[in-house]
Amino acid sequence: MKIGLFIPCFMNELYPEASMATYKLLTNLNFDVEYPTNQTCCGQPMANSGCSKDVTSLAITFVNNFKKYDYIVAPSGSCVTMVKEHYAPFFEEDDKDYNKVKTSIYEITEFLHDIIKPENLDFSNISFPHRVGLHNSCHGHRALGLGSPTELNVPYNSKLENVLSLVPNIELVELNRRDECCGFGGTFCVTEDAISTAMGRDRINDHINSNVEVMTGADMSCLMHLNGLISREGTKLQVLHIAQILLGKDN
Amino acid sequence: MASHPENATKYVANDERMHWHDKALWFVREKRDKAAHGIPEWEQLRDYASTIKTHTMNKLDFYLEEFERNATAKGITVHWAKDAVEHNEIVHKLLKAKKVKKLVKSKSMLTEECHLNPYLEQRGIEVIDTDLGERIVQLRNEPPSHIVLPAIHLTKMDVSDTFHEHLGTEKGNDDPTYLTRAARASLREDFLTAEAGLTGVNFAIAETGGVVVCTNEGNADMGASLPKLHIASMGMEKIIPRLKDLSVFTRLLARSATGQAITSYTSHFHQPIEGGEMHIIIVDNKRAEFLANEKYRQALNCIRCGACMNTCPIYRRSGGHSYEHVIPGPIGSTIAAFKEPEKHNSLPFACTLCGSCTNVCPAKIDLDSQLYNHRQDLAEAGYLPKSKMLSMKVMTYVFNRPKLLDFAGFMARKIVPKLPKSLIYNKFNVWGKTRDLPEFPEHSFKELYTKMKKDERDKDDK
Repeated sequence: MKIGLFIPCFMNELYPEASMATYKLLTNLNFDVEYPTNQTCCGQPMANSGCSKDVTSLAITFVNNFKKYDYIVAPSGSCVTMVKEHYAPFFEEDDKDYNKVKTSIYEITEFLHDIIKPENLDFSNISFPHRVGLHNSCHGHRALGLGSPTELNVPYNSKLENVLSLVPNIELVELNRRDECCGFGGTFCVTEDAISTAMGRDRINDHINSNVEVMTGADMSCLMHLNGLISREGTKLQVLHIAQILLGKDN
Repeated sequence: MASHPENATKYVANDERMHWHDKALWFVREKRDKAAHGIPEWEQLRDYASTIKTHTMNKLDFYLEEFERNATAKGITVHWAKDAVEHNEIVHKLLKAKKVKKLVKSKSMLTEECHLNPYLEQRGIEVIDTDLGERIVQLRNEPPSHIVLPAIHLTKMDVSDTFHEHLGTEKGNDDPTYLTRAARASLREDFLTAEAGLTGVNFAIAETGGVVVCTNEGNADMGASLPKLHIASMGMEKIIPRLKDLSVFTRLLARSATGQAITSYTSHFHQPIEGGEMHIIIVDNKRAEFLANEKYRQALNCIRCGACMNTCPIYRRSGGHSYEHVIPGPIGSTIAAFKEPEKHNSLPFACTLCGSCTNVCPAKIDLDSQLYNHRQDLAEAGYLPKSKMLSMKVMTYVFNRPKLLDFAGFMARKIVPKLPKSLIYNKFNVWGKTRDLPEFPEHSFKELYTKMKKDERDKDDK
């Protein structure tokens, strides 16, 4: 079983630790993991800005890079959503390669939850004795279905919680607004920077008011925005990608 | 016209009011959740609503004609208006024929869309909005900031000041009961002296030829029953095929809007009152263009509950007026960008594509997809700022060249940490206005991975 590791461009440049954690989570499960080194960006920033026409060549490169793998795994719900939900206009409906990529791409926690299954996950050699707040990033949460959105009348589920709760000594904290957007939104964070900042602060305060020590999530872009505010304002709150906790950060 | 970010920046600057507005609407959203989650078949109801609306829109000509036939048979006069001007002219002609000096109106977003009030006022007719929220904003000479809660942007004290100025209430008395009684007394006078009443329409039933109006204050019933002339204005998308379809929508509407099981009044108007006249004006005003457009057609399925506004994290923090469009929020943004892209091109970007609006929508309109599509269409039509287009082109250029990207990343990691803060956090760095940049690591993941693989190979070779 061969896994292609898809690391979002900005994570490759800025978050090697969370990226490496993703890689190691998979190799620890004895998968043959390969990181195609000529991957760049899935095109999400351009597409969400209205320039999806520019994305065509990136989409084709992406599919060519990853079509040979049994699974494609990435530490980002929103980049996976981009490939799954927004690549269709660039390919013929019956494009074999794209359809394979589309159906074999997973966010890392989703992969652990749906493919490996919680009962087969073993975190007994790690411990994370902290109060943890989960920021449910919108694309992963609502588009990818990592959890049940609060708006819908559907049975409660959270793949991220299901996996995180297996970590010994972790204390998952309930937030006041379980799936409110943090205001990152790609270029939104600069074109609407006032609202973006206000939303981010509200999200952080929800964690602070619930005495959270560590904020985590499955999308580093949202966490980068939130951590930028936390760092600027000197707020006492640590931010970690979910893969870092699952790999045993602090151990 | 100001862009949404400009208006939003001003709104956010008043932190206290912004949070008060956010919390007020979040409270409504939570009430909605409770009501929606109290019905096991909620998601099925949404499916039904979407199916009924989609079916009706696909056969709209058929149902509109059926409605006209059945309404006419009940003694109601049906008029057709191609646009806002025609609508206003028809209303004016009807009022003029009866020498109407005062018109009482219940809530109708369509007449806001058509700018009916100023049109009639210029022609010497007094127009009184009788929905309490609408009356408040009318007295203040403001547009509504929400389609269900028109005065949600105002505090009790704002209302107290307005009523003190216009209705002579005590200065500084912001007791809600006191203020409501004052409005009631003043409105009662208007109901009794008006010669005509105009209502909106929530649902028009093709099978029966009647219209249904949902209110909480009973003001539509007063306006439609006391004067001898009742005019009901409706967008042509308000049609539903059968009476029994109505039950799906009445169950969804109030729960989605305010978390109530049902509105206090669900009034059916199926004929003129004794000795009176009833007229229904069916308005197109670019709805046919929506219908012809596959990407945006679903926007016509809207039942105007306002749930997408209450849940939208941007709407809650920027207020309805920041959209500068008669209907604000997610549904307003898609309608505005479709109808007048030259004016409203910033609205589809006033959104993080979080998708919450699509999930609360009782008619399951694909709101976030529509806003995503608008962005592509606006870019294609040249409405994107040149700077944004250029930066996206540059990014694409780099992303198409992995080696160049590696080099740029490498240089950034080497240089940025050595730069003085004052150089990094300049006025062009919008991110850095309120946020620190992440700490730049020494190596990229790719560098670490490549080295690790090389080490593994070297080890194997030994």
